[in-house]
Amino acid sequence: MTAPLETAEPAAAQAAAGPARLGTLRYALSKAGGALLSIGMVIVGTFFLFRLLPGDPVRNLAQGRNMTPEQLDLERHRLGLDLPLFDQFLNFIGQTLRFDLGASYEYKRPVLDLIGDRVGATLLLAGTSLVIAVSLGLWQGMRAGWRHGSRFDRFSTGTSLVLWSVPTFWLGLLLLLVFSSWFQWFPSRGIQDVDAPDGFGYVLDVAHHMVLPCIAMVGVLYAQYLLVMRSSLLDEVGQDYITTARAKGLRDDEVRKRHAVPNALLPTVTLVFMRIGFVVGGAVTVEAVFSWPGLGELFYAAIRVPDFTLMQGTFMLIAVSVILMNTLADVVYHILDPRVRSA
Amino acid sequence: MTETTETRTADPVATVSSTLLEARDLHVEFTSRGRRARAVDGVNLSLGAGEIVALVGESGCGKTTLARTLLGLERPTSGEVRYGGQPLKYGSKALKAYRRQVQLVLQDPTGSLNPRQTVYEAVAEGPRIHRMPDEAEVVNSALARAGLRPPERFLLRYPHELSGGQRQRVVIAGALALNPKVLVADEPVASLDASVRGEILALMLKLRDDLGLSALVVTHDLGLAWNIADRVAVMYLGRIVESGPVEQVLTAPRHPYTQALLSVLPESPERVVLTGEPPDPTRIPGGCRFHARCQILASGKAAEAGVDARCRGELLDILPASALSQAACHYADATG
Repeated sequence: MTAPLETAEPAAAQAAAGPARLGTLRYALSKAGGALLSIGMVIVGTFFLFRLLPGDPVRNLAQGRNMTPEQLDLERHRLGLDLPLFDQFLNFIGQTLRFDLGASYEYKRPVLDLIGDRVGATLLLAGTSLVIAVSLGLWQGMRAGWRHGSRFDRFSTGTSLVLWSVPTFWLGLLLLLVFSSWFQWFPSRGIQDVDAPDGFGYVLDVAHHMVLPCIAMVGVLYAQYLLVMRSSLLDEVGQDYITTARAKGLRDDEVRKRHAVPNALLPTVTLVFMRIGFVVGGAVTVEAVFSWPGLGELFYAAIRVPDFTLMQGTFMLIAVSVILMNTLADVVYHILDPRVRSA
Repeated sequence: MTETTETRTADPVATVSSTLLEARDLHVEFTSRGRRARAVDGVNLSLGAGEIVALVGESGCGKTTLARTLLGLERPTSGEVRYGGQPLKYGSKALKAYRRQVQLVLQDPTGSLNPRQTVYEAVAEGPRIHRMPDEAEVVNSALARAGLRPPERFLLRYPHELSGGQRQRVVIAGALALNPKVLVADEPVASLDASVRGEILALMLKLRDDLGLSALVVTHDLGLAWNIADRVAVMYLGRIVESGPVEQVLTAPRHPYTQALLSVLPESPERVVLTGEPPDPTRIPGGCRFHARCQILASGKAAEAGVDARCRGELLDILPASALSQAACHYADATG
């Protein structure tokens, strides 16, 4: 697009491009400021939210073992729970700002280390599922919307809706029953075999373990991409500019490629980015069903104890990643859509 | 309403001899919920070089379908569209060549422009599809001809940064960039402010005078037809019921439907309000298709002239593509 413009009127091109880029930068900075504010509120909120939960964490940790009041006090002192609430709050804020999320009550290890151990497995599973779900959903949604009412449309929309309505854990258990117990094609749990080989064999082993949880996650995720893409393409197909493009002599598939699909993709941008935010949190259910050693399983374990510092840490991680991805979605949208840019 | 009539130069009867675009016994049917809708039900229409014809009718009468079929966007069920004396072919190459001759301007300029394309891209799309040389030059001159001067000021704007009138000028420039012979304009000013309306109409007349552009203007607005057209064709339920030179049809309408349409204009002395069911293209009545709502038949005038039975029972011939004033009406035929 820029090449003919510059030959036509170079001065005007530069004059227009300059302020537009500045505007985007200013917009991105203001969005980043808003995101920082939200993150601050998340940190403050997290502290009070988990202090509101009923129960004494120290007693929960003791888990019914007989402990003298002195021992309990000692434990409280060790965890800093004997300080006044306001001092605890200040300590918490100070630590968090230094990226110190405290030590887990249960595992007796820094929360950040625990998260670091798990985050790889989650990113692998959820990232792969997201990529597959987005490509599958957008592709099917595009075909279904373009040939609205066709057999492909009815079949793919129907299938995706069924998979979307099914509870995740049920789909996971069904997959386990059929493909792991009956056919024994895939392992039932974990990310690798105990005697996993090295090198390329290891990659294959992990991939083998990942098939079923990945299918379960994709099955649940892809419907929303399909439906959003389909309906947003249907909106565009009815627009006059599609007719105008046809009347100018553009072939049908070019009308789709150049006009309808790029514009229909805009709403899905937000959806994809929001999902990326949640990916870090992991699909708690899928990870629990398949014993996938990711963040979701960690969070699930922390709730069962309850392990306050661990819950706080994972909670903040999920919240912050959602906020960051939303901010990124806003900025990307701003760059993609000229209408938003001038608003 | 009369001030622009002086600018009309083309003699309608003379231009029809060089017919450019023509519909011959055109039928277009759709199936909706198991019922066949005859959207266009036998239309003969011709458009001469440099001629502006207004196609008038209420919404749902099939005028937009007729326009789309003339553009080759819809295929006729039977009958044919002819351009330059040749029947239109629907192969992709032939259609693509046809697109350079006949271009479209739609009602809503906001919807007609891709919101993510700049003015330059929107206007350059046609030339690019048809691989015309000197794209930038073509775009600049098309914008200038559409009255956007200087063109450089508009090249990098997005549609949402322009006014409604400017947007419609961009749409027209996009059509002009292909150097067409015919514009098919579907309600070209209906969504514009009154003040902008006149400008766009003046532009279309100027394009006719400067470039010899023919236009088929689809509208429900009789005032617009009066201002811009050489000939007018009134459409009712898929068929043209009256046509002829605009002065004759609009000052001395012969078909009761045209009379009713004209009577609701503000300057009209008495008002005819049509009763009965709104027209439904899936159930076209027998006899005269207008008889169920006809005020002449309802008031008994048709019975006085002795044609009421024919109104109810006898089908009317399809009007030929003639430049002379004609109406498809038993009563008008009987009373002269």
